[in-house]
Amino acid sequence: MDSAIDVLSWILLALGGGFVFVGGLGALRLPNFYTRMHAASLTDSMASILILVGIMLQAGWSLAAIKLLAILAFLLLTGPTASYALANSALLSGLKPGNSADESTEN
Amino acid sequence: MYYIVSIAILITMALALTRALLGPSVYDRVLAVNMFGTKTTLLLSVIAFLYGRPDFLDLALTYALINFIGVLAVLEFFQSRSIRRANNRVDGS
Repeated sequence: MDSAIDVLSWILLALGGGFVFVGGLGALRLPNFYTRMHAASLTDSMASILILVGIMLQAGWSLAAIKLLAILAFLLLTGPTASYALANSALLSGLKPGNSADESTEN
Repeated sequence: MYYIVSIAILITMALALTRALLGPSVYDRVLAVNMFGTKTTLLLSVIAFLYGRPDFLDLALTYALINFIGVLAVLEFFQSRSIRRANNRVDGS
């Protein structure tokens, strides 16, 4: 039973590490601002869930698990909100969504 | 196992910093900084268990909150600046 929980948390942590890496790669390599934001924001939420739940399984029933739950709740509340605010203010300031690679819009 | 995850998070933080340096627009930089902050929170939680010091979880909690407020403040600044510039352009022409 104990080793089953260990294996499960290792799987979750490895998947979370993979998601983190894919998100960083996408944010660096994709051609245009909105596609970069797509890669970064989605994998942020998914990796937070996977890594924090994986650590929570290792922590067991303790104060640390409650703190991890609070961190997860805050990340899940604030991550999508920050992404929405970022996309909204980029759109309002005239950065057009499209499928072309972006020309340098320095402002 | 914690080592592998923390190394993956550190590599991703380096990639996010590269994106923040490359730009090209301001919003790319804000996106990279936001991502960097989230990854810092995750890294602090992993390090708390890697070294067996649960105090670090309080730091992670604080960092998650401060990062969100900071990103919103920066976005508010750039948004009002771009609106002001657009108004100036209309008035000046």
